Amino acid sequence: MLYREAGQFKTSYAKDWAIFPIAQDRIVVLGFLAIAFIAIPVLSSEYFLATILMPFLVMSMAAIGLNLLTGYAGQLSLGTGGFMATGAFAAYKLSTMFPGMPIEAVFLLSGVVAAFVGILFGIPSLRIKGFYLAVATLAAQFFLLWLFNKVGWFTNYSTSGVISAPPRTILFTDIYVTGPEASVTAKYLFALTLVAILALAAKNLVRSSIGRRWMAIRDMDIAAEIIGIKPLQTKLSAFAISSFYCGVAGAMWAFLYTGSVEPLAFDINRSFQVLFMIIIGGLGSILGSFLGAGFIIALPILLTNAPHLLGLNIPVDVISHVEYMIFGALIIFFLIVEPHGLARLWQILKEKLRLWPFPH
Amino acid sequence: MTFNMKISAAAIALAVGVSGTLLAEQAKAQDAGQYVPGTVYRSGPYAPGGIPWANGYADYFKLLNERDGGIGGVPIIYEECDTAYSNDKGVECYEKMKNQGPTGASVFQPLSTGITYALIDRVKADEIPMITSGLGRADASDGTVFPWVFTLPVTYWAGADAIVQYIDQQEEGSLDGKTIALVYHDSAYGKEPINTLEYLAEKHGFKLELFPVAHPGLEQKATWLKIGRQIRPDWTIMWGWGVMNSTAIKEAAAVGYPMDRFIGNWWAGSEVDVKAAGGVSKGYLSAQFHGAGEDFKVLDDVKKHLVEKDLNAGPDEEVGDILYNRGLISAVFTAEGIAKAQEKYGQKPLTGEQIRWGIENINLDEARLEELGLTGLLDPVKLSCADHEGGGSVIIQQWDGENWKPVSDWISPARDEYLRDMYEKSAADYAAEKGIEPRDCSKES
Repeated sequence: MLYREAGQFKTSYAKDWAIFPIAQDRIVVLGFLAIAFIAIPVLSSEYFLATILMPFLVMSMAAIGLNLLTGYAGQLSLGTGGFMATGAFAAYKLSTMFPGMPIEAVFLLSGVVAAFVGILFGIPSLRIKGFYLAVATLAAQFFLLWLFNKVGWFTNYSTSGVISAPPRTILFTDIYVTGPEASVTAKYLFALTLVAILALAAKNLVRSSIGRRWMAIRDMDIAAEIIGIKPLQTKLSAFAISSFYCGVAGAMWAFLYTGSVEPLAFDINRSFQVLFMIIIGGLGSILGSFLGAGFIIALPILLTNAPHLLGLNIPVDVISHVEYMIFGALIIFFLIVEPHGLARLWQILKEKLRLWPFPH
Repeated sequence: MTFNMKISAAAIALAVGVSGTLLAEQAKAQDAGQYVPGTVYRSGPYAPGGIPWANGYADYFKLLNERDGGIGGVPIIYEECDTAYSNDKGVECYEKMKNQGPTGASVFQPLSTGITYALIDRVKADEIPMITSGLGRADASDGTVFPWVFTLPVTYWAGADAIVQYIDQQEEGSLDGKTIALVYHDSAYGKEPINTLEYLAEKHGFKLELFPVAHPGLEQKATWLKIGRQIRPDWTIMWGWGVMNSTAIKEAAAVGYPMDRFIGNWWAGSEVDVKAAGGVSKGYLSAQFHGAGEDFKVLDDVKKHLVEKDLNAGPDEEVGDILYNRGLISAVFTAEGIAKAQEKYGQKPLTGEQIRWGIENINLDEARLEELGLTGLLDPVKLSCADHEGGGSVIIQQWDGENWKPVSDWISPARDEYLRDMYEKSAADYAAEKGIEPRDCSKES
């Protein structure tokens, strides 16, 4: 009843090509953006912004990156942590080598650096597939972290190997978004803007010819090659663009979320975390990247805080262990009831809504 | 709608509903008192070391509440949050606890060098002092650049210097031509002593060999084959934590490396480490900044007021263990900062800014240590506006198979000679990178 496109006629190609062809979808998306940009900064506490929404945004970005590569182009990768570290360290080097560089440029260029590194480590994908490729991308994970640990140049010869974000302002203003002076709200809005723009770009990418080439390669690479899709360009472009997103996510992690970072923050567990996000959220879905990030980031924090907020006095170690148990059980539960991820669940819900209240 | 669909829809609805109500409910009103947050780790890969520390830290505040009714009549509200030694969880705990209690968090002690780094900017913005006792950034000892961070009683750099001083004593003043190996946890923590040791290698003419060990440190076969069979260093220093320590001791024994030439730093020298390695660890040395055992007056009080009433946080036999004592010492620093601040600002719950003044004016001399029942457990420490380390000392202890026994006097690190200059230079680099204007300590009261 509420969700039905009856009466919405597509009278031009532009309307047919729209990202959200159904008016209700557009309203919902704009509503969400309004909440995220206006209501949340005004209403929510600093704690909520800094410890739930910031990591959610950062990891959503990384999940979009990996989803482009694994969900759309079908190239399994375990190098996400390495590419995120590349972005983080590139951002640090760029901003300390060129103190005058605008922070926006720092973020985008660090993504570009990560993209080049991604291309380099994507080369094996031309020869190997599936799990073997995942193992090959592990090389990126371990080599890159080793490099940042080993070579002092990347950390400006800091004794501990930790980098921390220098204070920088948004272009043409004096609003700090990194460093100790930056307010949480400013950081949040900056991160949100980055994620919103790049998610929109990703959504359009996968609807364009390049996204269709990725999906063709994913579904059957030999058939794709026969109809004229070049595997070299297609696979490497997937690695490049995916790594760009991961690199920006790494820079966001170091500069906007924790403010300082050591290579250990991007260890193999981070790569697995992002992989689990897209599996639980939904492979081959931009929305799924957000849902998966929300599930993996926010749920443990809520579980940790739940006993305290409910007024139960449980020792912290018990809470930590219970958190792992409940979280693990939920992962299994969702994988059983919906192996295609939370995004698929949403899709099914939409189908049901169209028929509601008269299901047949 | 299929059955599965219904279940999952219900699960999602429940999750969303519960989280909504949880988030809506803000922190409940707290009783009047001084709120002390405990960022501890009782879970995760480093929990075996984190738990005794957390128990010692918690017990001291409980002891103050039980024995003295708090500090200056103000009860301590102590609350824990589990960081699992993970930086992002540590940040989450910090953000959650910083505004709790009537006056906000008093002092943070993250017990993780990684979390320390993540919090340095935040404590500055939120004006909450952070104490990193025997961990964290060594150059934070320069209070002009790091007003909110305290490193008392010793830093890693000072610890490395003291260890080399001990080795120098054993070698009768000549390290020329000797080889010293450093086996370290390949993280921010483990890398801290390297530049000090490099400096000393040049000064004394010994050769320094570096052996990074990847987290968590279970795989050290290659490292120890090289140390034991190929290089055979005269001394080996270890900067390890958690399971890495006992693994290293076992591997060292396996290649026949002499234990009495193997010195761990204070995070690589607790009962947890040597007992896990078994009998082979007899003779192993470690550098500490506090005493071991339970023959101290403050621990008698812990037994009388907590253990006998069954109020202590952990198992009874843990009282007196190295890490328990360290947690207790760390709590003493927090409590002493609060007590000192009360002298100036009055006996009421104080803010982080007021407590920072208190910590900066800590003067734990012999008389005060005696009063607190800490004689023998800790060497005197005195802080100032510029000196956030306070001149603590290091003692070398040896594991005799049953207990830790001191084998040296209190060693005073060579701060005046070069360490202080290194702190200041490193802090100045940091200040330049971050655009910090160092404060003028001559204008502080």
